[in-house]
Amino acid sequence: MTPIIEKSPDGGYAIGSVDKLLNLARKHSLWYLLFGTACCAIELMQTGGPRTDADRFGMMFRSTPRQADVLLLAGTITYKMASRIRLLYDQMPEPKYVIAMGSCASTGGLFQKSYSVVKGGDLFLPVDVYIPGCPPRPESLVEGLMLIQHKIEKEPWLKKAWGKLPEKIDPRLPRES
Amino acid sequence: MSEPTQTGAQREELVLNMGPHHPSTHGVLRFVVHTDGEIMRKAVPEVGYLHRGLEKLAESQTYAGYMPFTDRINYLEAMFTEQAYAMAVEALLATEIPPRAEFLRVIACELNRIANHHITLGCITMDLGAYTPFVYLLRERESINDLIEALCGNRITHNYLRIGGVAYDVDNIWLGQLESYLDHFEPIINEFEALIVGNEILIKRMQDIAVISRRDAVAWGLTGPNLRASGQDWDVRRDIPYGAYPQFEFDVPVGPLGRGQAGDCYQRFLVRVEEMRQSCRILRQCLAKLPEGDIKAKVPKMIKAPKGESYASVEGARGEMGCYLVSDGGKNPYRVKWRTGSFSAMSIIEHTSPGLMIADLVALVATLDVIAPECDR
Amino acid sequence: MKPAEIQAYLQQKLDKQIEWHEGEKNTGDPWAIVEPDLWVDACQLARHDTELAFDFLRNLTGTDRPDDGKIEVVAHLWSYVRRHAFVLKTTVEREAPKLSSLATIWPAAVWYEREIFDLLGVEFSGHPDLRRIMMPDDWVGHPLRKDYTEQADYRGIPTSRPGYVTAMPEKVDE
Repeated sequence: MTPIIEKSPDGGYAIGSVDKLLNLARKHSLWYLLFGTACCAIELMQTGGPRTDADRFGMMFRSTPRQADVLLLAGTITYKMASRIRLLYDQMPEPKYVIAMGSCASTGGLFQKSYSVVKGGDLFLPVDVYIPGCPPRPESLVEGLMLIQHKIEKEPWLKKAWGKLPEKIDPRLPRES
Repeated sequence: MSEPTQTGAQREELVLNMGPHHPSTHGVLRFVVHTDGEIMRKAVPEVGYLHRGLEKLAESQTYAGYMPFTDRINYLEAMFTEQAYAMAVEALLATEIPPRAEFLRVIACELNRIANHHITLGCITMDLGAYTPFVYLLRERESINDLIEALCGNRITHNYLRIGGVAYDVDNIWLGQLESYLDHFEPIINEFEALIVGNEILIKRMQDIAVISRRDAVAWGLTGPNLRASGQDWDVRRDIPYGAYPQFEFDVPVGPLGRGQAGDCYQRFLVRVEEMRQSCRILRQCLAKLPEGDIKAKVPKMIKAPKGESYASVEGARGEMGCYLVSDGGKNPYRVKWRTGSFSAMSIIEHTSPGLMIADLVALVATLDVIAPECDR
Repeated sequence: MKPAEIQAYLQQKLDKQIEWHEGEKNTGDPWAIVEPDLWVDACQLARHDTELAFDFLRNLTGTDRPDDGKIEVVAHLWSYVRRHAFVLKTTVEREAPKLSSLATIWPAAVWYEREIFDLLGVEFSGHPDLRRIMMPDDWVGHPLRKDYTEQADYRGIPTSRPGYVTAMPEKVDE
C-alpha cells in the first residue's frame, strides 16, 4: 500500500503501513563497510568520490562492521582472507546484506586457474546482489546498490521480525514508482 | 623489560593486531604490533592476504594473453607493469619498437604516475586525519580516468600495451584534451601545496619521523620515491634509460627538499608532489615531439620466445617494477617473477619500527606507499 | 664491467670453475651458475669487493626445473657505485632443497628467501625467521612447483566452482 499523503492547514499527515515507512527509512540510509581488497576497491572509492557521489543515497562508509549494514565484497578473495571476511560478516548486526562487486567476488573472475583464490564470495557467504564487471564502473555499482534498495523496500519487515518468514523476494520484480 | 609505573604496577609487552581489515592499512595488510603502551617495540608485518598466484598463472597463459593479468599486479599504475612485461618479452624476441609506440607508452605511463600519486598523497593525508585533500584528488583523478578511458576503453586495468607496441592510436582531439588537462592540472598542484603541504599539523606528524638512512634504504632494497627521499640520487628512467625517455628533459627530485632531514616521512611526501610536476613536464614534451608512424611492430601471431631469460625494469610510481621472464621455447612463459617496490618497502617496516609510536606506524606505512597486490602478487 | 668480465673476475677470485650460459639466440641476459657450497662466498665477494661492489640485491627468486631434478635460485645484482648488473644462479636438489641464507649480506634477502621457502620449498639455513609468507600457515604443498596439485577444499571452502567451463564448444548451433 503506497503511503497516502494528505495536506491539512496545520501541516499534513501521511498514512501508510509500518513496513513501508520503515523500509523507506532503511533503504535511504545504507551504511557500507569500508572494506576492499583489490582493484574494485578503487572503483568503490571513486564511487564515494565527488563525481558519482554515493553519499546522496545516504550511503556512507563505516570502519567497524558493528555499525555497517552492507558488506561490499570489493576485490579478489583469497583463502587466507576468507576466514577474516567471515568474521567480519558474523560481527555485522541483522539485517545485513552482502554485495559481490566485480567478477572476482562473484565467481573468481579471471583467476579461475589460481591456487589461492576463492572462486566466488557465495562459497562461504550468502550473497544478495552480484555486480558484473572488471572492475564495474561507478554507474554499475550504483545500479547494484539500487537493487539492494529495491530488495529492502519489498521486505516484509514486521512479518520477519515477528517470526513469520517471508517468501523469496526477487529484486527483479517490477519496481513500484 | 618492565619498569614500575607511578602506581607501582609492573608493565609488560602488549601484542596488538592491526588488520587485515583496518581503516588505515592500504589494502589488506596486517601488522602484529608488540608495544609497551604507545611506544612500539616492533611491528611485524604479515602479508599474503591478496596473493592471487599471478606468477603461476603466467605458466598457463600465452605470452600475449598474459597482458591483462599484469594489470592486476598494481592496478593503480597498470601501464608500468604492462611495460615491464612487454619489455621483457621484447628483449627475448629482439623486436624494434616504432617511435610513435614508444612515445605513446611514455604518455600512458606518466599519466598513470600522476594518477597513482593522487591516490597516494590523498591516502597519506586521509590516514593522518585530513579528509579534504583526498576528495580533491579523487576529483582530479576522474579527469585522468576520462582521458585513459578515451584512450583504451577502461578506467583502471587498461590492457593497453601489446608485445611490440600499443593497441590503439590517438588522434588530435585526444591530444587536445590532454593539453587542456595539463593546463588545468598544473595550477592544481600549486593549489594542493597551498592547501596541505605547509600545514603545521602535517609537518609535526611527518617531519623527523621514521627516518630511513641511505645505507639502510640501499641495503634493504628500497626503490623509487622512497629511495630518493633517503638521499640516493637514482631514477631508472634517467640512469638505465629505456623507451623514449632519453629524448626528454626532466629533473629527479632527491631528498632533502624543504624542511626536515633526508629519509623522514615528510621527504617521502614532498618527493611525490614534485614528481607530479616533473611528469607534467614530460607530458608537455611528448605532446610537442610526438612522431608519426606505426603503433605496433610486426610480431608473430603466436609468440614463441627463444630459450633464455631476461629481466626488464621500469621506474614505476612505487619503485622499480621489474619483470624476470624465463622462456623454454614454448608458447607459454616458463616462469615470470615480479620484482615490486612494495615488497621491499614492507620488509623494512620491522627494522624501522622500534621506538615509534603506533600513530607513527600509520604515517610510515602511508608514506612508504605499500599496497597489498604489489606486495603479494 | 660487462657480465662476461664479471664472470671471469669472480672465477679468478674464487679459484673455481663457474658455468657461463647465454640465451638461445643471444637475446636476453646471460647468467653464471655456482655450486651451492660456494653460494655464500660468491655473494660475499660480490657485495664487498671494491671492483664489483654489488650493493643492491635487485631480485632473489627460484625456478623449478623438474626435468633436471633441480631448483634454481637466481639473484639479480646491481651496483649503484659501478653501474653494472649481474645474474648469479645456483641449483639445489629438488627432493630436499637446502641452501645457506644471504640475510647477513643483504638484509633485503630476508623476505625473498621466505617467499622461496613458501612457494618452492627451499630451506635456508641461518635465516632469522623462516616461515610461510604468502600462503596460510596450514597450507599443504609448495604451489610454484610444476607438479603441484590443488587440494579439494580448504577449511570447508571448496576450491572449484560447479559449472566452470573448461573448454569452448567445438561448434555453436544456430
